[in-house]
Amino acid sequence: MEKWRATSNLRRSLKSILNRQLSSVSEFRYLNEKRSCQSSFNLIRDCKSLGQVNAIQHRCFSSASTLVQRNPSFSTLNSDDISYFKGLLGEKSVIQDEDRLETVNTDWMHKYKGSSKLLLLPRSTEEVAQILRYCNSRCLAVVPQGGNTGLVGGSVPVFDEVIVNISSMNNIISFDKVSGILVCEAGCILENLISFLDNQGFIMPLDLGAKGSCQIGGNVSTNAGGLRLVRYGSLHGNVLGLEAVLANGDVLDMLGTLRKDNTGYDLKHLFIGSEGSLGIVTKVSILTPPKLSSVNIAFLACNDYSSCQKLLMEAKRKLGEILSAFEFLDTEAMNLVLHQLDGVRNPLPASMHNFYILIETTGSDESYNREKLEAFLLSSMEGGLISDGVLAQDINQASSFWRIREGVPEALMKAGAVYKYDLSLPVEKMYDLVDDMRIRLGDLAKVVGYGHLGDGNLHLNVSAPEYDDKILEQIEPYVYEWTSKHRGSISAEHGLGLMKANKIYYSKSAETVSFPLNKKMQRISLFAGCVSPSHGCTSCLN
Amino acid sequence: MKIMVAVKRVVDYAVKIRIKPDKSGVETQNVKMSMNPFCEIALEEALKIKESGLAKEVVAVTMGPSNCVDTLRTGLAMGADRGIHVEAARDLVPLSVAKVLKKLVEVENPGLLILGKQAIDDDCNQTGQMIAALLGWPQGTFASKVVLDKEKQVATVDREVDGGLETLCLDLPAVITTDLRLNQPRYATLPNIMKAKSKPIKRYTPEELNVEIKSDLEVVQVTEPPKRKAGVILSSVDELIDKLKNEAHVI
Repeated sequence: MEKWRATSNLRRSLKSILNRQLSSVSEFRYLNEKRSCQSSFNLIRDCKSLGQVNAIQHRCFSSASTLVQRNPSFSTLNSDDISYFKGLLGEKSVIQDEDRLETVNTDWMHKYKGSSKLLLLPRSTEEVAQILRYCNSRCLAVVPQGGNTGLVGGSVPVFDEVIVNISSMNNIISFDKVSGILVCEAGCILENLISFLDNQGFIMPLDLGAKGSCQIGGNVSTNAGGLRLVRYGSLHGNVLGLEAVLANGDVLDMLGTLRKDNTGYDLKHLFIGSEGSLGIVTKVSILTPPKLSSVNIAFLACNDYSSCQKLLMEAKRKLGEILSAFEFLDTEAMNLVLHQLDGVRNPLPASMHNFYILIETTGSDESYNREKLEAFLLSSMEGGLISDGVLAQDINQASSFWRIREGVPEALMKAGAVYKYDLSLPVEKMYDLVDDMRIRLGDLAKVVGYGHLGDGNLHLNVSAPEYDDKILEQIEPYVYEWTSKHRGSISAEHGLGLMKANKIYYSKSAETVSFPLNKKMQRISLFAGCVSPSHGCTSCLN
Repeated sequence: MKIMVAVKRVVDYAVKIRIKPDKSGVETQNVKMSMNPFCEIALEEALKIKESGLAKEVVAVTMGPSNCVDTLRTGLAMGADRGIHVEAARDLVPLSVAKVLKKLVEVENPGLLILGKQAIDDDCNQTGQMIAALLGWPQGTFASKVVLDKEKQVATVDREVDGGLETLCLDLPAVITTDLRLNQPRYATLPNIMKAKSKPIKRYTPEELNVEIKSDLEVVQVTEPPKRKAGVILSSVDELIDKLKNEAHVI
């Protein structure tokens, strides 16, 4: 059972709003106001009965996390449901095969596992709408799924939810070469969009390690950040419109392709990062920047974290408009990549350094940009900020530098059990947490720090041979409390998912979470309660 | 001993090649250009030989328009001691390159000439063989291993041939062309990039070397290979047999 140890300030505000004592059975019982099936479903959490929670979930949710139990007011599938879906989608898009279900029930890290008996593969918005309308009328819980690359257990069922996977909706609808506006279906794989745009002379404003599998609908629903955010900003700025199907089957057409539109509330922003709790995103219109011909990448070494910060400040000042990525990894991360991944070599082999920085510049003039980058690197080297470094001479070398940074999550997976934390913190304090964790954990586990330094986003990962409650006790809630104390966010870009469903209070005040709009949004039929009922935002809002 | 290495500026290996609309050649405007990967391997081998104490100097040579100097700078940043740039405006065919190289060899007198086995833009695989013939030097092409014996003035070269490996013993001076598995080229480090800026690059024109640049070849047209058709999923064995009989005509 979770020990709620947030700051007293937070607790006071919770109490004043809700005027209830925190229950000893469940800290969130006050959230479990019973409502009818049609309005909004709530999860009834009861730590005494483990019920259907399977072994994998038990491992993840024991000790420091809350146990979630299936809401009994949801129905279970029957043969009529199956034949309805077969009639609607055709035999091939209604999957009950156990092997295929195994894949979609398990997340990428093999950390979360559901027990869904049904996978649906709709091909159009209308099919999604009919599925949700039917599930709503039958009280069947649904989990939307894209590429299933999430890291917080948000893309897989918790129990036996029907999985609506939108990977068959993968058509590009239109592309405007003048404005660079791409309209596509939500199931398009990010890498396919990148190569489609490449042929047109454009790029996607976001790029992330999982690009070969992740889908744009999922990227939007989780407000994915990634490697280019420092240059192009978040999806809130780049997504111009979207189409979403609400849990009751209503289709909201917000698929604008306008950069400016001040008519009323901009509802699409609520869907960006809502993790499927408000509905399923089916189409996206996104602003894409032109592909610039000159891309240069430097892989650098720094002796200490303060040099990394100074280098970031200098890079912003001296590289200015051409800076397109500023990433960092520490020596532990580098070691893991070198030992776990085949074909990766250290670009700076002479000796191990404490920190490695990857800087990418993107511009329109090769010789000007290269000169600018070289001048910046030389002055940083003379100033002692960089202890060593290499500059990619061709695209192959550039990819091998990116491979190191993008290979960290994969290397961690191969090394055994991994506890992942994705935190936004003030840049100057960011690495203190890694140092603190190293002292805290000692020999129990390896602490790895890497991430998007340019965005103040730390990926704190704890790697151990296997999952162990002792380690988890040392990490949680310490990491969350530490983050909360420094006014950081416990989820910078990964989302809340199942992992952090109830941890929102570490980053958002109770007033914000229980803001009337949050609750009303669900009541005024925007949300009928069947989509992702056990995950992230929903669980907190219920 | 001095080692001379030829390096060529080509469209980057990772860039998707596009044909010019008038089909006269490959689009090179606004395209990332880099050193030919086989030339990188050739340079790396020369640097390794120098580092092992068997050579004193590595000279990198390139030919082409003025922006080829960028490629030369990359070579210098990797560790070459100095560069030679032969300015030539028009496209050079392997025989012209070989003739220019012959003149430079006469000027520089290297003990070893290392080239990539081919350039990834035209895939000719001719220059190394031609220069060896022009100089009358022994040649070890497609090298996957090079061992030098300074005493005997001999290079032992493992070649990748269809049936496996062939080992040749070459008397120096000799020409070696490099294959992919010979080594892994190093990165250009910042201190070396800095040093490269002050390394000398000597410029020649073909006229100064008394070489007439001409081509006996004319490019008629450059076209893309035909696109592969998308596959189809069949629903029955009967359908497969029907397709094999009536469409593929193989049974």
